[in-house]
Amino acid sequence: MRPDRAGRRRAVAGYTAAILLASVMLIPFLWMLSTALMDEFEVFQYPPPLLPADPQWANFPNALTQLPFARFFLNSGILAVCMVLGQTLTGALGGYAFARFRFAGRGAVFAAYLGALMVPAIVLLIPRFLLIDALGGVDTIAGLVSTELVSVWGVFLLRQFFLSLPRETEDAARVDGASEWTIFWRIALPLARPALATVALFSFIDAWKSFLWPLVVTQSLEMRTVEVGIASFHGLYYANWPYQMAAAVTALIPVLVAFLASQRFFTRGIQLTGIR
Amino acid sequence: MASVRLERIAKRFDAGGTPAVDGVSLEIADGEFTVIVGPSGCGKTTVLRMIAGLEGPTAGRIFIDGTDVTDLPPRERDIAMVFQNYALYPHLSVRENIGFGLRMRRVDPVDIARRVDRIAESLEIGVLLDRRPAQLSGGQRQRVALARAIVREPAVFLFDEPLSNLDAQVRAQTRGELVRLHRRLGTTMIYVTHDQVEAMTMAQRVAVMHKGRVEQFAPPLDVYRAPSTLFVASFLGSPTINRFAGRVLPDGTSQRFDGGVRLRVEAPLAEVATLAVRPEHLNLVAPTEGSAGEVTLVEPLGPETILHVRLTGGEQATLRLGAGTTPAVGDTVGVSVRATEALVYDARGRLMGRGVA
Repeated sequence: MRPDRAGRRRAVAGYTAAILLASVMLIPFLWMLSTALMDEFEVFQYPPPLLPADPQWANFPNALTQLPFARFFLNSGILAVCMVLGQTLTGALGGYAFARFRFAGRGAVFAAYLGALMVPAIVLLIPRFLLIDALGGVDTIAGLVSTELVSVWGVFLLRQFFLSLPRETEDAARVDGASEWTIFWRIALPLARPALATVALFSFIDAWKSFLWPLVVTQSLEMRTVEVGIASFHGLYYANWPYQMAAAVTALIPVLVAFLASQRFFTRGIQLTGIR
Repeated sequence: MASVRLERIAKRFDAGGTPAVDGVSLEIADGEFTVIVGPSGCGKTTVLRMIAGLEGPTAGRIFIDGTDVTDLPPRERDIAMVFQNYALYPHLSVRENIGFGLRMRRVDPVDIARRVDRIAESLEIGVLLDRRPAQLSGGQRQRVALARAIVREPAVFLFDEPLSNLDAQVRAQTRGELVRLHRRLGTTMIYVTHDQVEAMTMAQRVAVMHKGRVEQFAPPLDVYRAPSTLFVASFLGSPTINRFAGRVLPDGTSQRFDGGVRLRVEAPLAEVATLAVRPEHLNLVAPTEGSAGEVTLVEPLGPETILHVRLTGGEQATLRLGAGTTPAVGDTVGVSVRATEALVYDARGRLMGRGVA
């Protein structure tokens, strides 16, 4: 009986801690929702109200039509689709090559890849812009997307996953007459589905929340993405918090859906790499 | 159907390191069932993988049916392989697993279906065709792996310890089935194992490997009766063969071995030699007639009894006795060597000859 009771006590303590932690995470979201429904001036009252006195549901349509948000969503969608496809495909190809092929300088190239993970993205912002500008890609979809198609992290995660697959399965395919490409495409890739889903999900979230790069590389209003659009409610002297929050809540929906749909892959991905 | 010839093949995994395979030459006849046996790390699996084309040899040539295949990829060698962990494709059904090789060879889908059904029927896995490998037992997976190999009708079958993951009962049964399958198909089969029972019972010829080299390549009973090296003598046979170190006697007519064994040997006398005697070739005699010793352990197995004796010099001897009255632990007994069955090895472990009566 004693160990049982001790176990239950430990479970209760664990759940309590988890619930507390979850609340800490949840409060900003609730605050965001509450602000989205407030009156423009209610936001600035002191002490700040927790809930809107008179929920302003009209904030949502107003915010989304004041700026061309349909276009922003389209741009973000294009960026997300390209990043998801690009990063999973290049990640799978690169990861498989690092995991399975012996070639000169493999170790050194892989070390360089890992080194690249440590370079802060912001350091690369200006070189990337200069490059895209030289290629005439500023303020175009091609310019927005092209430097985002490879994720070093995706290559790394997929390499780890391919290393964990038994080589004998591939050897069996080799004896069965499969070419190296067939082995990759028909055997290794289907087996890597959980890892591919993880990479796809992270790419999607990365794409959706990316702000600095779209802000720099796009210039005209119709080339902006959702995140950049939301930020433009925030002017130099005046910020429309309710509109900004209403747009942010809307922008959150695709991420939420993607996360809920593939939660289990998240944990798998974290187990695989210990990243994030 | 094809013969397989290995010409001094070698494999080093890292330059300068010890070779995993060190100059192996074998000639395997068309339709022969050959077992490559040896302790783990002896290079047997590497030899098999080189025949399959999954590893390239660092030296030597490989011929299948007279054609040099050393530089050909596996798919151009007309071989099939059964792996130790079966290596089924987890994301494909049993039917797709078996048919995969045929699909790769662009066989007509109707023909594939027909052949898969026929093989599945003959291996009694017809009802499993729509399952995934994860839903099968070890024995069933083994059969699927076998079916996948057979369906292609290759010239050579390669088996890499295919029974080692099965429990004892299924293993014994599958062993018999593989031998019958070989008789039915008549295809060349090369089978790697560390299990001496599999080697003895299945092979037409056994290649015993040790430290990357083939120590002996002969029919199983020949290997058992006349092991060409001390390693082979010790590796095959259970209980292990008795070994007694010895030296030339000053009179030069015979050799004396530890345990008080004195023996005339047909071979030229060597300074240092080892006497190896199978447990069934030691006789139980009166203490005055042979080397005296004390019984330390009696293992009655039913049809036979294994007797462990510590001789007066401290050496251990193991005897295999038929059913009947056996001494008890602590009894003093005599042990004598059946001279003509005794094997004498030189200092380098090579067979020099037998004892003379």
